[in-house]
Amino acid sequence: MRKAAEWQLALPLALAFASIFLAPLLMLVGVSFFNDDKITQPGFGQWAKFLGDPFSYKVIADTMLLGVKTVCATVLIGYPLALVYLDASPRVQKVLIFIIVMPLLLSVVVRTFAWIVVLGREGVVNTVLMQIGVISEPLRLLQTELGLVISLTQIEMPLMLLPLISVMSRLDPNMRDASAALGASRWRTLFTVIVPLSMPGLVAGCLLVFASSTTAFISQTVIGGVRLIYLPLLIWQQSLVVFNWPLAAVVSITLLVSVLSVVSALSYLGRRSSGYLHG
Amino acid sequence: MQSTPAGRTLDVEDLTVRYGQALAVDGVTLAIEPGEVVALLGPSGCGKTTLLRVIAGFVRQAAGRVRVDGAPIDHLPANQRNIGIVFQNYALFPHMTVAENVAYGLRARGVRGPEVQARISRFLDVVQLGGFRERLPRQLSGGQQQRVALARALAVEPSILLLDEPFAALDRNLRLDMQIEVKRLQRTLGLTTILVTHDQDEAMSVADRIAVMNKGRVEQFDKPVAIYDRPQTLFVNGFIGTTNLLNGKVSAREGGTATVALDAGATLRLPASADFGLGAPVLLSVRPEQLALSSVPGPECWRVEPGLSLPLGAQLVHEARTTDGVSLKIVESRRAEPPSAGRVYCTLTDDARPTLFPRST
Repeated sequence: MRKAAEWQLALPLALAFASIFLAPLLMLVGVSFFNDDKITQPGFGQWAKFLGDPFSYKVIADTMLLGVKTVCATVLIGYPLALVYLDASPRVQKVLIFIIVMPLLLSVVVRTFAWIVVLGREGVVNTVLMQIGVISEPLRLLQTELGLVISLTQIEMPLMLLPLISVMSRLDPNMRDASAALGASRWRTLFTVIVPLSMPGLVAGCLLVFASSTTAFISQTVIGGVRLIYLPLLIWQQSLVVFNWPLAAVVSITLLVSVLSVVSALSYLGRRSSGYLHG
Repeated sequence: MQSTPAGRTLDVEDLTVRYGQALAVDGVTLAIEPGEVVALLGPSGCGKTTLLRVIAGFVRQAAGRVRVDGAPIDHLPANQRNIGIVFQNYALFPHMTVAENVAYGLRARGVRGPEVQARISRFLDVVQLGGFRERLPRQLSGGQQQRVALARALAVEPSILLLDEPFAALDRNLRLDMQIEVKRLQRTLGLTTILVTHDQDEAMSVADRIAVMNKGRVEQFDKPVAIYDRPQTLFVNGFIGTTNLLNGKVSAREGGTATVALDAGATLRLPASADFGLGAPVLLSVRPEQLALSSVPGPECWRVEPGLSLPLGAQLVHEARTTDGVSLKIVESRRAEPPSAGRVYCTLTDDARPTLFPRST
């Protein structure tokens, strides 16, 4: 009796998920198998059209590459930051965690528009660089991939730092001392002890940043502009500009599958390395 | 290849460590002989672990020096001191096998090839874990993990071995086994060793000399027996073993002997230094095994109110209360016949060596 009652408690949530998540997803898959934008003739026409076009592959590759670049940038900046956090005093840690979480408290739209102000032709970066004489012409940062990666790196940074810090602060601090007492330099300790043991956090961070940056439609379009085309922009064009819903569905599923395959590969690596944590 | 590292001397000179305003270690001086095992013993927060961490190079001192074989090591970072350390939680690298853990220090020192394998085998054999090379630390028991930690520290042939509460996490029986094992290893290798512990039995059984620490200072640095029999401060007296404290007053003096009138109602003649003048209030400290119960009154006996008697292994612990309200513990060996009733007088045994301390009134 009681056993039955317990799973019944999960029913409302399960129903909600089924109706607002699973059902639309299935409809999306269904819609993708229609040839015309009126959704009357079933067929593989849209899939053939999308997968037969070399331009599609370029967009897929660009989208994945954008994710990879953002992940690399957040790792390169985030990992040293996490190390700084780990060494800081409890009071400094509190300040740092506030600074890290703060971006999450602001809407993506606000953060994205802030980056326009920073990166624009007459923005902060260009003004400063021109005044100190590093450049004579303003740099083009908006509507370039570089500018997009810079802003995505800041926007997604909390997603890298939070899992990383949570895993790293569970590491035994004696381990670093033990390594030093055995004669290892700081770098050796970092690469042979701290990095391998913080792998689960690093993988979780990469996973979140990758999934989030490849699908960041607002940042991609506002900072990247219309000339940088990624899968989310393609979906928006097909569904809300051209009203070719079957093609939009095809692109959506492609995005979903590409992101999921990278994410599951990453989480497989993460699972393999997580066994050491509580050892 | 059977190189036996000769024991080094370790000198700690006037060492002071500050954490903010607080003095964690306050002017500690210790001269440790080659091959000696010294226990730093004290309650938590007495500065013993901080002292160990300074020697290892993890904490920097505010003042004072540390010398190994006469050469100061204060300017060296931890990874250049060649000092082995075993932590309470062992701090094994959980992602490396037993063999990799042992090889870690060798690789960090640039040892390569067959030499590494030879030393792994040698030191795993030394700690009797030859068959566990490919296990991960979490697949080992606590005692085995500690052996790995020991092998890892010893494999680099350190000049000094530091043990930070290494037996605290082990259960009672295993603890004794490991204490014997560590002592045996230390003897074979002739390593100068410092052991931090809050467990006096452990310090007594493992160490050649004990430094009893309190509030950042060394209260007494001596052989275990001397510390037990001749505690130099009231703190050491109370911290080591169990003791009874009786209030009294010096009622007469005669050369090296003082007559002490106990508030409990007895007069005892005891050897005492000149510090204890006539009329000085004193505290008399007597170990429980140096007291005896008797049914016969006498000038050196005081009356007590007998309380509970508890059998404790081969011994019997009596509880008794003096007329001035002090609760005493008296230990005697358990005999076949039950003790006769009416034993209401307490006295010192013949071999009793009570200690006098000045008492502030």
